[in-house]
Amino acid sequence: MEKRIRILVAKPGLDGHDRGVKVVARALRDAGYEVIYTGLHQTPEMIVSAAIQEDVDAIGLSILSGAHLHLFKKVIDLLRAQKAEDIKIFGGGIISDEDVALLKKMGVGEIFNPGTSTDNIVSWVKRHVKVK
Amino acid sequence: MHERKKEFTTISSRPIRQIYGPEDLSNFDYNRDLGAPAHYPFTRGIHSTMYRGQIWTMRQFSGFGTAVETNKRYKFLLEHGQTGLSVAFDFPTLMGYDSDQERSQGEVGKCGVAIDTLADMETLFDGIPLDKVTTSMTINGPACVLLAMYLVVAEKQGVSWDKVGGTVQNDVLKEFIAQHSWAFPPEPSMRVVVDMIEFCTKHVPKWNTISISGYHIREAGSTAAQELGLTLADGIAYVDAGIKRGLDVDEFAPRLSFFFNAHNDFFEEIAKYRAARRLWAKIMQGRFHAKKERSWILRFHTQTAGCSLTAQQPYNNVVRTTVQALAAVMGGTQSLHTNSLDETLALPTENAVRIALRTQQIIAHESGVTNTIDPLGGSYFVEALTNELERDAREIIDKIDQMGGMLKAIEIGWPQRQIAEASYRYQKQIESKEKIIVGLNDFVVKDEAPIEILKITDKTQSAQIERLKKAKAKRDDAKVRQRLSSLREAAKTNKNVMEPLLDCVRAYATQNEMIETMRSVFGEYRDPAIF
Repeated sequence: MEKRIRILVAKPGLDGHDRGVKVVARALRDAGYEVIYTGLHQTPEMIVSAAIQEDVDAIGLSILSGAHLHLFKKVIDLLRAQKAEDIKIFGGGIISDEDVALLKKMGVGEIFNPGTSTDNIVSWVKRHVKVK
Repeated sequence: MHERKKEFTTISSRPIRQIYGPEDLSNFDYNRDLGAPAHYPFTRGIHSTMYRGQIWTMRQFSGFGTAVETNKRYKFLLEHGQTGLSVAFDFPTLMGYDSDQERSQGEVGKCGVAIDTLADMETLFDGIPLDKVTTSMTINGPACVLLAMYLVVAEKQGVSWDKVGGTVQNDVLKEFIAQHSWAFPPEPSMRVVVDMIEFCTKHVPKWNTISISGYHIREAGSTAAQELGLTLADGIAYVDAGIKRGLDVDEFAPRLSFFFNAHNDFFEEIAKYRAARRLWAKIMQGRFHAKKERSWILRFHTQTAGCSLTAQQPYNNVVRTTVQALAAVMGGTQSLHTNSLDETLALPTENAVRIALRTQQIIAHESGVTNTIDPLGGSYFVEALTNELERDAREIIDKIDQMGGMLKAIEIGWPQRQIAEASYRYQKQIESKEKIIVGLNDFVVKDEAPIEILKITDKTQSAQIERLKKAKAKRDDAKVRQRLSSLREAAKTNKNVMEPLLDCVRAYATQNEMIETMRSVFGEYRDPAIF
């Protein structure tokens, strides 16, 4: 039986707005992925540890607080240190076009901004996330 | 006869009929169902003159960077006709962390103003006399700390506490349900709220001790009926808690206030506010047997719906905010915040927030809706909708009663799940185009020019860390340690935490020092991650 793709969806930092991340988690689950939602107030260390423990294929980060450059970088650096760079990274929130470009340079696969449909997110995951 | 859609529904999926008529008011009794303004059950409004006597308070939620920048913005807003202050704190402050902590990295001053010690609070209100202006502070978990800071600023200004007016949001129950900025687990959080009610009732009589909120519940994706029902259910829990402490309901109920969302569906929102007043009056009289009229009266602040704004074609947001603000006014709000057009992208620029303020001023002085009280009273449609909202909200309150009260309901995750379901259903309605959002799933424009937005850089974090260093260098560390120790004692032995907190604040203890001291006794709360 084919292994199902596992995705960790997380809220790093202190931002408590989780309406979006919950909708994304549910849409991915409805699309057939195994979704682990970490809940709020996760540090980058907690996220990377959970991702490795759960053996996920991708991590989605939701950040609306403006702290995205700092938090994405920390997660990416920690994954590299743990030799887990093959985990795909994506995310969404309130992130300017300028910062989206910076994040992609860092290695983030895609950023989904306000107004994105869940269909778009699911399509992207289908195309870009494979079992590790 | 052909109609454009199979079913016409509100944004909350409430079906609306083609027309309403006398049969919808067949059981209508003016004195029982509406009453005159300022008369039970207050459906038409809580004051005898409403806006003919006084326009609602224009109170724009505001804060960013350090206290220096925010103080400037407050002066700008007051200069342009705002009539009350409203403080937005950054995430570290909202969650009880200091700006120099690891957890606060990247977050300082980004979503609101950074407040670490009394020194920041003094700067925030520099040149703003606290006996001449009222302030609402959106703070929940750490509300006790920020209230203590505000009171000490007043003290230092020479303003006696009986002259201090304002509000702390302090609605911990909705934090567990929707906004998620808690400091401690539910039970100790409630205990602190009642400590604050007890303290303010005695020492700060003009202070609104809680702003029992539906705004965030709605922003998290609930329907209008859920917003109303869950908010009033939270209110019931607070009244219960106060009575359990041994307080006389008529002593503290008059200083409970409310905070609702003003979302897109114009008439559903107006009906919601009218139903809110009527239902709360019935609850306070019938369930809690409050004797004073002031205990029956629901006073509320409104904010237009942040979640309705689009990043696409942002100038359209001015129109959305206008329609929503108009609903709040026609629903009789006491106080109003209008969102700025750029708030899906960033905190507002000066130009954007000025337009938002002008929106209120144009409604107040040009639209004519303030000439008479409750202009929609007697409308077949609005009275029918008001009845529906009241009925639906009551159903939710009854369900929560059956579960054993709001704390129990939160524990089993009921409100959180209701909201997640409603939110997902709405998202699907947008994606299927059952619900249209102009500029988003219809009337789309490709390649828009970017607009000017407010940028907060990490320079803010360095500046704030410097301020914190300075404040810590000036203080008497031994005194701070001693005062924190007294705070810990009070927390452990069930004494009111407000006096020890005030002492800690006066000694320039930091927010995190005070919150951690209490957390060491009360414990922490982890998000149950219900989706």
